[in-house]
Amino acid sequence: MQTNDIGLTRRDYEGTLTTLCGGCGHDSISAAIIQAAAEMSLEPHRVAKISGIGCSSKIPSYFLSKAHGFNSVHGRMPSVATGANIANKELYYVGVSGDGDSASIGLGQFCHIVRRRINMLYIVANNGTYGLTKGQLSATADLGSRTKSGEESQFDNIDMATLAIELGASFVARSFSGDKKQLIPLLQAGLSHKGFAFIDVISPCVTFNNTDFSTHGYKNTWENYVALSEIDFVPMREEITTSYGAGKEKEITLHDGSAIHLHKTSNDYDPSDKENALHHINEYKKQGKIATGLLYINQSSSDLHELQETVDRPLNSLGDQELCPGSKALNDINNTFR
Amino acid sequence: MKPTDTADPDYFHKVVDCQWACPAHTPVPEYIRLIAEKRYSDAYMINWHSNVFPGILGRTCDRPCEPACRRGRVEEEPVAICRLKRVAADYKSDIRDRLPQAPKKKNGKHIALIGAGPASLTVARDLLPLGYEITLFEKDALSGGAMRTQIPRFRLPAEVLNEELNYILDMGVNCRFGEEITSMRDILAEDYDAVFVGTGAPLGKWLDLPGHEEAIDNIHTGIEWLASVAFEHISSVGKNVLVLGGGNTAMDCCRTSKRIGGESVSVVVRSGFDQMKASPWEIEDAMNEDIPILNFHVPKRYITENGKLVAMEFEKVRKEVDANGRRQLIPTGEAPAILPCDDVLCAIGQENSFPWIERDLGIEFDQWEVPVLNKSTFQSTHEKVFFGGDSALGPDNIITAVAHGHDAAVSIHMLCEEKDITQRPDPLTNLSSQKMGIHQWSYSNDISADFRFAVPHADKQVTLNDINVEVELGFDEQLAFNETMRCLNCDVQTVFTDKLCIECDACVDICPTDCITFTQNQDEPELRTTLLAPAENEEQDLYVSDLLLTGRIMAKNEDLCLHCGLCAERCPTNAWDMHKYLFNTAKAENACQS
Repeated sequence: MQTNDIGLTRRDYEGTLTTLCGGCGHDSISAAIIQAAAEMSLEPHRVAKISGIGCSSKIPSYFLSKAHGFNSVHGRMPSVATGANIANKELYYVGVSGDGDSASIGLGQFCHIVRRRINMLYIVANNGTYGLTKGQLSATADLGSRTKSGEESQFDNIDMATLAIELGASFVARSFSGDKKQLIPLLQAGLSHKGFAFIDVISPCVTFNNTDFSTHGYKNTWENYVALSEIDFVPMREEITTSYGAGKEKEITLHDGSAIHLHKTSNDYDPSDKENALHHINEYKKQGKIATGLLYINQSSSDLHELQETVDRPLNSLGDQELCPGSKALNDINNTFR
Repeated sequence: MKPTDTADPDYFHKVVDCQWACPAHTPVPEYIRLIAEKRYSDAYMINWHSNVFPGILGRTCDRPCEPACRRGRVEEEPVAICRLKRVAADYKSDIRDRLPQAPKKKNGKHIALIGAGPASLTVARDLLPLGYEITLFEKDALSGGAMRTQIPRFRLPAEVLNEELNYILDMGVNCRFGEEITSMRDILAEDYDAVFVGTGAPLGKWLDLPGHEEAIDNIHTGIEWLASVAFEHISSVGKNVLVLGGGNTAMDCCRTSKRIGGESVSVVVRSGFDQMKASPWEIEDAMNEDIPILNFHVPKRYITENGKLVAMEFEKVRKEVDANGRRQLIPTGEAPAILPCDDVLCAIGQENSFPWIERDLGIEFDQWEVPVLNKSTFQSTHEKVFFGGDSALGPDNIITAVAHGHDAAVSIHMLCEEKDITQRPDPLTNLSSQKMGIHQWSYSNDISADFRFAVPHADKQVTLNDINVEVELGFDEQLAFNETMRCLNCDVQTVFTDKLCIECDACVDICPTDCITFTQNQDEPELRTTLLAPAENEEQDLYVSDLLLTGRIMAKNEDLCLHCGLCAERCPTNAWDMHKYLFNTAKAENACQS
């Protein structure tokens, strides 16, 4: 098997054997994360996996078993991720949640972690159903979509991607578990992005929401998903030698020096324009289509640590003297307020 | 690429590497599973129908199946297929009531078989139950051919040999043993409906060097010498024995010498050790008996004293590869090696020989004196004369002779039924799902990670002192079971139904060898390079589906598949399923049925 730059094979990035249903989109997400992390030569011990409750939140068990992990409370993954990120800014944070965990019970938490610009990759494995409780409609189920038992959704869906854009996320993408060619570079770009990176991954529930009347099933997604642009991820160690035809490609350099190349499709999509992004997503939605790919990116945003001017080092590396500098230091601070 | 046509009986057959490699196409994984279930008699009968001599072949086969074994791609050693076959023979119960009977009422056709070796006996086995009258000619007093004369009893005990020969002879054969045929014209004059020649390759090659004439009394050709030992015409050999040649006959010669008086027995070969033609396990067995193998020694002359052989002279050489990549042996310039010897056994090759076939009978021979044959029917240029085994295509092995025998029997039966013998009957195939439940299969896919188990040997002190004591003891039941668990069940096929696939990638994600890819269709060379795990072994096929919903295809690299069934276990729609593929070549009984 091929080894990557740090001598690991893809096997070293795997987790335990999945207990999800065969054909669950979530397994493909695990596989995509494994592939993405192996190709990027991420050191497993520098990754922290955090999740809430639900089928989606089991995903972290199935990748990077040598990484740090925290399976938290239902809908509370954002709080735990925020705390962990504040304590140690040097890790890669991968939050994995689902539509129930993030769009229902945890919607408030989700809004605030976006707003607070935590530097992490937040993945929602979105299947439009509560799979773990046997297939009720979730808050992301589209109006008119029907469950396996025939129940029709009477409400408009919560679109996690547009919500994230509006709340200030600096990297927002949508993809499909079945399309690893698109998903893997998006995951890599999201990991390399500094700031809050959000990927809404349509990940069909093969057991409870894969009928022809479901908008989150394999068939509907394969038929209706539209890539706004094709994406390549270029790791920083690779010198960029390919020359791209003018106007056809757009190169976006990420914070760690890596880059993404967007190959524009006919629609001439510009992901740096927030209004344009929202417009496109809604236009496609009206036609029953699903806009995917890198929807929005803002390279100049700051993350929480920069805004708060936090200490440069992880808290666990600070000594007693630094954490508790004594009464003189306190007096000095107090004096600044006089 | 075009979608794979799995209805072609060869497609899934080829995936079963061992069976594909076997000249007789024995359904290997099927009988290995039966051995695991301790159904030894059933395992034996599968073998018996396919290769006629399971007990004999389980000890002596050249095992073309083993180098092909898929397990050999995972680790170094293949499954011990051959020795598991012996297990079926060793532990079976009395199977005589399962054997076909020759009908009392004959069909009026009479076939002559010349030479009572594996090829002729296979023809007899296949034709007797159909009502043919068979007359079997053999120059020796006993049947078996090379199996009796060339293979020493310490590798193949007489009772094992006789048991399986008798299964056939007991069906009712007119045996004309001890009768050497000297004229094909006379045979044809007896007006048989067909004549099958299975006379082997009985002519050992001599090494004619200076001193040959004088030393002739102590120079022997390997195969004739082995035959003489087998028939107890020879019971001793000189103290110093040199065996020339590096094939399996040489290994049998040196080991036999060691048992009948040879104290210093050496094998001498012209080129390198790695160029020896003998099976690795036979070389190993000879070396275990402390027989040195001297390589890069080119024989130059026989040295005699007072008219008696005392030594041989060899030139020492080394190997060089010339500009054209050809191997050359270059003298090292060292002093020649003089190896003392009382007897020399030449095991440097053998040929078929037909001095008894008159050349005006319409049976044509090519420039090498080999009969001109149709290689699928084994018919010669004389309509009623067929050849098989070593006499057909030159020296090979028992299992090849058996395969020839089956094909020739089909031809003879079709000829007698006045059918076109070039229209070969289709093989018998069966493909059926093994699914019992969500994660339950009718076969065990929990494959053992053990390395190959070694077959226990009898004590060397005993075996070297008695030529009739079998060296290999065979697997005991526990060892045999452990070895069966190494088989990957390659006959349990991954069958893909494109209409059912929802392209969820579950199979791609679970596959431990990345052998499944969903991709755009391309021509085979490009497709091979773009798979998740590139398909570099072009001898193994790609399994390609028709277009799926997304316009992609499924391409599976058969080279890497371990037949673990995980794709089918994870598949939510049964687009992947595990189907057992049974393949049996058509025998004479299956021909002429339409």
